[in-house]
Amino acid sequence: MVATRTKRVIRLEPTDVFIYIIGALIVFVVVVGSIATLSQGKYSINAWVDLFVFGVTLGSIYSLIALGYTMVYGILRMINFAHSEVFMSGPFTAYFLAEAFSRSGFLNQSPVIALILIFALSMGTSVLVAVLIERIAYRPLRNAPRLVPLITAIGASFFVQYMFRGLYGTNIKVYPEIEALKGQITLGAFRVSYIQILVIVAAAAMMLGLHLFVQKTRTGKAMRAVAEDRSTAALMGINVDNIIVTTFILGGALAGAAGVLYALVFTQVHFFMGFIPGIKAFTAAVLGGIGNIPGAMLGGLFLGVIESLGPMLFLDGLGITAPYQLKDAIAFSLLVLVLIFRPTGILGERIREKKA
Amino acid sequence: MTTPTTSLAQPTTTLATAPSAWRDALRIGLIGGVCAVLVALIGMIEAFSNRNIIAGVITLGTLLIIGSAFLSGYFATRSASDSPRAAEVIGRGALAGLMTSLFLTLLALFVNAVPTIRSMFINASPALVQLLTLGQGMPAGNLLLLVVGTMMGALAGLLQLVPPVFHRSLIIGVVITILIGMMQDLLRVTFQNWSALRPVSNFFFTSNGLAPAGAATIFALAIVFNVVWSQRGDRVRAGIRSLPPAQRRALNLGLVIFGGIILLALPWVVGLFFSEVLVNVGLFVLMALGLNIVVGFAGLLDLGYVAFYAIGAYMIGLLTSTSKEIVFAGGWSFWAALPFAIAVAILAGAILGIPVLKIRGDYLAIVTLGFGEIIRLLAQSDFLKPVLGGSRGVELIPKPAIGPFEFAGPQELYYLILAGCVIAVFVSLRLKDSRQGRAWMAMREDEDVAQTMGINLVNTKLLAFMIGASLAGIAGAIFASKLAIIYPHSFNLLISILVLAVVIIGGMGSIPGVILGALVLVGLPELLREFSDYRLLLYGAALVLMMLVRPEGLWPEEARQRELHEAEEEVSLSEKLADDEELAREGATG
Repeated sequence: MVATRTKRVIRLEPTDVFIYIIGALIVFVVVVGSIATLSQGKYSINAWVDLFVFGVTLGSIYSLIALGYTMVYGILRMINFAHSEVFMSGPFTAYFLAEAFSRSGFLNQSPVIALILIFALSMGTSVLVAVLIERIAYRPLRNAPRLVPLITAIGASFFVQYMFRGLYGTNIKVYPEIEALKGQITLGAFRVSYIQILVIVAAAAMMLGLHLFVQKTRTGKAMRAVAEDRSTAALMGINVDNIIVTTFILGGALAGAAGVLYALVFTQVHFFMGFIPGIKAFTAAVLGGIGNIPGAMLGGLFLGVIESLGPMLFLDGLGITAPYQLKDAIAFSLLVLVLIFRPTGILGERIREKKA
Repeated sequence: MTTPTTSLAQPTTTLATAPSAWRDALRIGLIGGVCAVLVALIGMIEAFSNRNIIAGVITLGTLLIIGSAFLSGYFATRSASDSPRAAEVIGRGALAGLMTSLFLTLLALFVNAVPTIRSMFINASPALVQLLTLGQGMPAGNLLLLVVGTMMGALAGLLQLVPPVFHRSLIIGVVITILIGMMQDLLRVTFQNWSALRPVSNFFFTSNGLAPAGAATIFALAIVFNVVWSQRGDRVRAGIRSLPPAQRRALNLGLVIFGGIILLALPWVVGLFFSEVLVNVGLFVLMALGLNIVVGFAGLLDLGYVAFYAIGAYMIGLLTSTSKEIVFAGGWSFWAALPFAIAVAILAGAILGIPVLKIRGDYLAIVTLGFGEIIRLLAQSDFLKPVLGGSRGVELIPKPAIGPFEFAGPQELYYLILAGCVIAVFVSLRLKDSRQGRAWMAMREDEDVAQTMGINLVNTKLLAFMIGASLAGIAGAIFASKLAIIYPHSFNLLISILVLAVVIIGGMGSIPGVILGALVLVGLPELLREFSDYRLLLYGAALVLMMLVRPEGLWPEEARQRELHEAEEEVSLSEKLADDEELAREGATG
């Protein structure tokens, strides 16, 4: 390993040169685009602040989903491709409760209790889906060759997605709005809506809770031990299967909560809603260094802000029409670039390549 | 996992293990019940109830209801075939069947009592209740379902007790009858084209479902054939093997020519509708053979394979279109544009391949997925609209033609695709056992070891990506000229997933497997309209089940099968070693 490393430094391969030229080109486009946009002064500072706040809101949702990816990767060294469906299943199911509350007027009478119940149902459903996927699709394949669980995960993802399509239908469901969350706070240039505050505060609280759980409790310690070395942890008397299920429960609960927050921000749910946020949250997890819990939080925020500011900042100045359409392309490009140039992520924690 | 080991460890205490077997039956019946309720709520029972299998006797929907009870009984008694008492096995099957039908009955009662549940579960309709009571009204139908479910479970238990030859033959007979019943309206249309076959068709088929006598005949024929084959099959195979080489070669050649004639005549025999299906299957065969090189031979999991399909389609679209809205619309002929489409697809394979050279396994899957989505988003954007047509796509793509012969309809396009598939099969076959194929296989097993053995990973990987891309490019080119108009949203992730499913379910690395996979996964859902809504659901389930039960695929490649079984043997060996160690330790302490 060491030998090849040094050899690569000495001998620059043409493919590496190609990659670095592409990288340099992208940096060039980003820098020139940003300078062009800012020098044109087309957008006021207020517009940028709005975009930034929206980016943080979106980013905290991504962080919550990313935690599920990162915890499972940390322990099983596999991408839980079906996590985006775990995220979708919760709010999609809780929609019916929210709708019923809204019709009976309960939602606006006591929004706090109603929201708590909606969150509880969403998180419960997501946890159930996550645990079932783990039990049926992943556990029997724990010692299979490396591609096998990934393929199962893809299959499980599509199965769950289309199962919910069959159960609840293909229509886009409009999440009821809550009167109490309609206003906004204005602080000079800052304009923050109540929903954005709710999202950011709730996400921060849950992440703090998770951090404390992982760092301070016995189970959290066992989780870290299993992530470090599964077989040694088993020898120390840790029930690895239980810890893995706990991980899926935690990831599912966070995803279910993130789903309700997402539904509150975008006011709609449908069976395909998990895919794009799922991929982006995975990007966030990779950005922060997969397997690294604070990294996922940071990566999510970073991605949210880049996605929110990026189209205007990088592309508008270059005279590209309708740059907002390319926001997903920016997120995907970021994913590709991170995996190519810095697969260890921002907070770089080296994870061993899983061998067959 | 625990039950077989305990029963192995204590073979004498059958009485002690018997309650656990009953508990298992109960558990399996419960799982089967939950699955059956899910299937009902997803809407499959109702959707499939329109398809008659046997006219006036049974529909596919009813078959799902009673089949679920049968399957529960079957799995509940599968491991218990060595049990000494027949009544016990049948009883266990009946218990599992009863459990499963109880769940369906409870569902019917619940939906009947709470009709508003339909605002949540859109398929919990009165029609479903009627199906779940077997059309007999509320209390009588519920009882009937329970009785039928119990009987089905008992029947499954009984099936475990008959000799294996008949056991297998019966199952095959039922499956073939159901399959022919499902296909019946298509087969009937084909038969009606030939006036000589019309009486045969009238015997087997009615206008809606198999005729009862026809169904019985098919069932009996399938059983007789299977029983005879299981007794004589080995001798026939041995006879063929013992033929002198010259004759064997002649036999092979004859088979190839025969197959070729059938393939050439196929679109005109089966008619327009089937030809359309064949064209779609052919496109996926072509793509799947390409992806098979990337995933199956070289072991590089590519989830963005649709990108090359899109590139091939867009190149043909742009170069041949006569549309005014596209700046660079070339107005070329298909044949002039095709080499460019393939070349650009290959180039794209290399360009997208280079950055991912050092990325392995699951990361590779995600990066390629990202690439595929980026290409689609770019094609869809207003930014590139003058060049690529934005979300309105590229219109006015001409059909390919050789002189006066135009590949206009599916029956003509079929030949274009057949030619593409034949080339792809030839390339795959030649590459598979070549030096290059071995290099891919070595790389698939272990990149580091392959590199140590002197394989140039850069060239090997890029070649796999490029050849795979070229085949997808051809498929895309044919797709574009087939539809005459292409939209960016035709090239979404689902195509990549579908092609991947074809390769994996068919058997990674296996060429006949991939073709079979495309026939099953692309052909069947197109033939059965009811299935099209549940296509991706069933693919997802099939991918999971395949990985759990038969990871080598339907028609496995030899090397891969050997490998997977070796791994199993190793696992069982190491388990055994661990067991032995444990025993030794116990012996030492005790």
